[in-house]
Amino acid sequence: MAPERIVLRFNATTSDKPVIYHLVKKYNLIINILKARINPHKEGMMVLELHGEPEQYAHGLEYLRSMGVTIQPLSEQVQHNETICNHCGACINVCPSGALYLERPDMKVKFDNEKCLVCLMCVKACPYKAMEVYF
Amino acid sequence: MAGEKSLPEINKRIKKGKVVVLTAEEVIPVVQELGLKKAAAEVDVVTTGTFGAMCSSAAYFNFGHTKPRMKMTEVWLNGVNAYAGIAAVDALIGATEVMKNDPLNSIHPGEFRYGGGHVIHDLVAKKPIHLRATAHGTDCYPRREIDTVITIDDLNQAVLFNPRNAYQNYNVAVNLSDKTVYTYLGVLKPQLGNANYSTSGQLSPLLKDPYLRTIGIGSRIFLGGGIGYVAWQGTQHCPSITALPNGGSLIEGGTLAVIGDLKQMQPEWLMGASILGYGVSLAVGLGVPIPVLNEEILYWASRTDEEIYAPVIDYGLAYPAGNPEPLAYVTYAQLKSGTIKVDGKEVPTGPMSSYPAAKKIATMLKQWIEQGSFLLTEPVAPLPSIGEAAPLNPLAETESQTDGKGELIWLPNA
Ligand code: SF4
Ligand code: SF4
Repeated sequence: MAPERIVLRFNATTSDKPVIYHLVKKYNLIINILKARINPHKEGMMVLELHGEPEQYAHGLEYLRSMGVTIQPLSEQVQHNETICNHCGACINVCPSGALYLERPDMKVKFDNEKCLVCLMCVKACPYKAMEVYF
Repeated sequence: MAGEKSLPEINKRIKKGKVVVLTAEEVIPVVQELGLKKAAAEVDVVTTGTFGAMCSSAAYFNFGHTKPRMKMTEVWLNGVNAYAGIAAVDALIGATEVMKNDPLNSIHPGEFRYGGGHVIHDLVAKKPIHLRATAHGTDCYPRREIDTVITIDDLNQAVLFNPRNAYQNYNVAVNLSDKTVYTYLGVLKPQLGNANYSTSGQLSPLLKDPYLRTIGIGSRIFLGGGIGYVAWQGTQHCPSITALPNGGSLIEGGTLAVIGDLKQMQPEWLMGASILGYGVSLAVGLGVPIPVLNEEILYWASRTDEEIYAPVIDYGLAYPAGNPEPLAYVTYAQLKSGTIKVDGKEVPTGPMSSYPAAKKIATMLKQWIEQGSFLLTEPVAPLPSIGEAAPLNPLAETESQTDGKGELIWLPNA
């Protein structure tokens, strides 16, 4: 199964339960936490990338719902924050699609949204957090 | 040598508004057109610049005394540990210090979202910073704890002091291993998937005065968007020039220790860096003016990307093991073109330090000099030049003497 990206929302009673642990343990899912936040009211939000057997995946989501977690598919976009970007170039070779590229001879880094696969590699690799995710 | 200029003469021209300043990039076509002799007579100063993550950067502060008094023994700024073993209310924060409870590489590659470099940036950006400190309490300094918020304006002194910046040249990092590696030179894909480099080449300060004829202790420089000074040779300073087997020469190994008042610096030029799988650092903007005292100085200052070489090193296996034998030597012109050839393979290149930012620094420094707000300084003492620094030794490990319970035995005369 290709990795699926989902947004989870937790209420105050489930936000402290080890649900991710169970997803790994019981359903054998490979989990990549792309984003996690918890507000002062103890409500949580988490963006996950899940990998696993389709059947296990379906059971995993069922389990999450049974725990009172709401699930939404992820529709995200990546933005190049040009006020933060200093054109260091650290993102150029991690980008698999050529959406980030160097313009020569200026050596300035440009972002072509059309080509972006939203793989988020640049978001992790940019040392200055100039590549931002929007939902 | 004919056509020698002195530094006081150049400063006089700066004060009169008659100085001719070019960036290290702009000077190249001028020398090509006029020739060295004529160009050296016309050009007074060449400005250089570099902007990239530079570990071995730090800042120290004096917080001011608390009431009642306190001798801080442990200090955290926004949760990042600062070294307080200096004095009662002095502390030093290092660029690579990570946050308390950072997951580090426990989920590899770690993200290292915040650390010392970010604290330095946030201070310069005048953001409020959480200061927490503890102490054991003494008769003269009874207080044991403080939890407060400060800004840079509240500090008596805030000084940027970087023990090693402006590395003369840097390795080009590739990966010969079978898995992706996460290094201080970025993400390196397996089997020569990419090659990362990290100097500004023809704009890079110490590549433009390789013998350190004009750069010395006390040289006034552009540092972090403000004014700084060369304080000393940087750690690991050991400049060298080596003839390469296929022609050309490799210049590498020089470094600078620099210092400056953090309060007059700009956040744009001191950026906290989170290097995936590696750690935290500080990107420092640094620019050095080179006075064109004679033709020889201009010869080096006008060298081009085609003439400046860097070694290609395997960061997959050889470098981590401590055996960095160069796989090839390439020029900055080749690196900037987008691909280099290593072991017969075309490898895509990527920079880690910003050429556009380096150019902007060299241009800002040029403007400061033209406007008369930045005078050049004669070094008060020279730095060790090529062949003058002691060679760098690796750490020699000796077997420690223990008492059998794991405690070290100190031999007084050993
Ligand atoms: S890594 Fe970040 S700062 Fe560097 S060029 Fe890419 S987006 Fe800009
Ligand atoms: S999200 Fe992926 S494809 Fe899009 S710009 Fe970043 S690295 Fe490139």
